Amino acid sequence: MLIRKAQDLTYADVTPRSVYLDRRKFLRAMGIVGATAVAGKGLLELASPSVKAFAGTKFTGLVKSPFSTTEKLSTFDDVSHYNNYYEFGTDKSDPAKNAQKFQTSPWTVSVEGEVKTARKFTMDEILKLAPLEERIYRHRCVERWSIVVPWIGFSFNVLAKLAEPTPKARYVAFQTFYDSRQMPQAKYGGIDFPYVEGLRLDEAMNPLTLLCVGMYGETLPNQDGAPVRMVIPWKYGYKSIKSLVKIRFQEKEPPTTWNRYSSDEYGFYSNVNPNVDHPRWSQAKERRLGEIFTRPTVMFNGYSDQVASMYNGMDLKKFH
Amino acid sequence: MRALLTSKWTKVVVFLICLIPFANLLSRFIKGNLGINPVETLQHGTGDWTIRFIVFTLCITPFRKLLHLPDLIRFRRMLGLFAFFYVCLHFLTYLGPDQSFDLAGMWKDVYKRPFITVGFLGFVLLIPLALTSTAGWIRRLGGKRWQMLHRAIYVTAICGVIHYYWLVKSDVRKPVFYGSLVAILLLWRFGGWLSKRRSTVAAKISPQSAPVNPSQ
Repeated sequence: MLIRKAQDLTYADVTPRSVYLDRRKFLRAMGIVGATAVAGKGLLELASPSVKAFAGTKFTGLVKSPFSTTEKLSTFDDVSHYNNYYEFGTDKSDPAKNAQKFQTSPWTVSVEGEVKTARKFTMDEILKLAPLEERIYRHRCVERWSIVVPWIGFSFNVLAKLAEPTPKARYVAFQTFYDSRQMPQAKYGGIDFPYVEGLRLDEAMNPLTLLCVGMYGETLPNQDGAPVRMVIPWKYGYKSIKSLVKIRFQEKEPPTTWNRYSSDEYGFYSNVNPNVDHPRWSQAKERRLGEIFTRPTVMFNGYSDQVASMYNGMDLKKFH
Repeated sequence: MRALLTSKWTKVVVFLICLIPFANLLSRFIKGNLGINPVETLQHGTGDWTIRFIVFTLCITPFRKLLHLPDLIRFRRMLGLFAFFYVCLHFLTYLGPDQSFDLAGMWKDVYKRPFITVGFLGFVLLIPLALTSTAGWIRRLGGKRWQMLHRAIYVTAICGVIHYYWLVKSDVRKPVFYGSLVAILLLWRFGGWLSKRRSTVAAKISPQSAPVNPSQ
């Protein structure tokens, strides 16, 4: 099997997207498309140093995942220009505009609480924890639209096992970065920041739960939650917290942002469920971006085989 | 100003201006330039223009009185009918893409979802107003009854604002903005009604009312 040795590479090794794209243009212009990459890169570093291009750098040698769907991918443009990231504005088109200058380097993720080894991880360390996989997941927003995204990352449980949760740890709390100076639009959001989310420990340890560092073969665009986010494909999108800075293992169920805002509308679990409606609208259908008519929403967003057993005997209407 | 307001050309120009939002959406639709979620763009676009035209329509009476421009009345029916035009388009974007033209499904949704119920109610209330908007109907109903009926637009305006408010998740700036405009326009009317009532009541009472209870 072809598994890339992630240990040999650092985050700094991935080629910035602008360089990657420019190089083709550059080489084409020079009429030396056949030239070696080494020469091309050397020339290009001289022509345009890759300082500002931290986001949008290319990953290579990604491992394919058996969890991937074969459904048609949403376009990169749709996924990067139709975002709910209220820190950067509430209109879907706002984050792509307002997150451009967001500083995602240096970045650390703090793992704390009920763990044997609390510690901070840098991005370079996170990228070395496990071989990076491409996982093509369905993503269903509570607002009834959905997308299919080739995320990049590895199961969250890799990081969790390193931290060694104590027997007291029953939940995991997550927190998004917040800086009102970099996120001046946040004040119009109507919700409290920093954005917080949470999972039950078994949900967090489920192999589907992804610690995500990229999409479409490259690092995450700022508006999609750079540099590292969670992706929990059987839950509504707002559970998949962006720009992660803190992971806390704890005994009590943590508060979550949308639940705090309106608890009857947004439950702690927030599993995709066509039979339990949002009080204001039906969740039975969804619109795949790029399509005109709606399609039926599927229980657990189609991931029942992997996740349904975690909720055996639970009243999913009560624990919505 | 009066000449401008009464010119038949002004009416034509206003009519064409009112069509601009529609022309814009239509040309973007044809060019496939409605953004990442075209259905949503159409739904939000037609919805926004509905509430705007309702507000424009409600502005006519206060503007006529406050600005002493009675001729503004010439535009009220047109603006009201444009509100109806945009709400029909808005309804179609719901019935078509959202409900796949399935009427049974639509009724279930209307019955079950307060957010849809209130929007649908606002829409339905505008239908008789659009139908009776002609001079013939004013004559047939009689001015007073016609006016009573057409006060239903106040209910539609409130329904529209609630519908908008229930649509958004947490950023309520836009529904609150339109809600404030509608509130000001309705309160102005309520104020007028109150003072009118007080003066008619006072006029009725005043001849005998001075000695309220003479025996004491």
